[in-house]
Amino acid sequence: MNANYKRRVFLKGSVAAGTIGVAASAGLLAPSAVMAAWPEKAFSARKVPDALDSLMGTNATEASDKIKIKAPEIAENGAVVPITIESGLEGTESIALLAAANGTPLVATFTMGEGAKAYAATRIKLGKTGDVIAVCKAGGKMYSARTGVKVTIGGCGG
Amino acid sequence: MAATKLKARFKKDVVTVKALMNHPMETGLRKIKETGKLVPAHFINEITCTANGKEVLTANWSGGVSKNPYLAFKYAGAKGDEISLTWKDNKGGTETVTSKVK
Repeated sequence: MNANYKRRVFLKGSVAAGTIGVAASAGLLAPSAVMAAWPEKAFSARKVPDALDSLMGTNATEASDKIKIKAPEIAENGAVVPITIESGLEGTESIALLAAANGTPLVATFTMGEGAKAYAATRIKLGKTGDVIAVCKAGGKMYSARTGVKVTIGGCGG
Repeated sequence: MAATKLKARFKKDVVTVKALMNHPMETGLRKIKETGKLVPAHFINEITCTANGKEVLTANWSGGVSKNPYLAFKYAGAKGDEISLTWKDNKGGTETVTSKVK
């Protein structure tokens, strides 16, 4: 019975996958209809350099003290850590926020539209003590800053 | 699920927009103790904000952003600007809220 159940689940899964495959090739899943590509590879990367490579095409960044990261020195609750990033770099087009000690370090990217200031604030999960890194793209170059945050209770369930 | 709270204030030559969204932001790694089953990933992955119809901020997120996510950003705007925020999640869920800059 177990083998049959597994066979049914497998078949069900493969039919579903097949349907999507057909739909995609038939052009029904046209790019315009689907969300603008969410950088899956970058978000799944397990190491900071790989995430940056996938996201920006390079992992080389220049340390800059013009990028300010506001984060608590000690996060009592790793599930909700408030982070604010502000870049004083001229022409900052985007800010990437990474948590070096998380299983998948890339947490968020912010892209500045016309008139936007190089400023973003949010709250993130930190699995354990480690660096919070901000990478800014400005004038075609990449700059970064990092700050350590101690985590007493991990953000992914302890 | 309560609607996203969106507010925008013009102060010191800049508009600060603050949003508080209602979303479980599941990473897909959390296990339910009793059953040992993984809670599937369910998180906001894309956000688009416009001011008077023009895009001012876009963001891509992972499940690493906290539950009931908070977002704040700033842009060069004015009182009376029409602000709009749209979020989309990995399951096709979406919400759009609007507000006026005070």
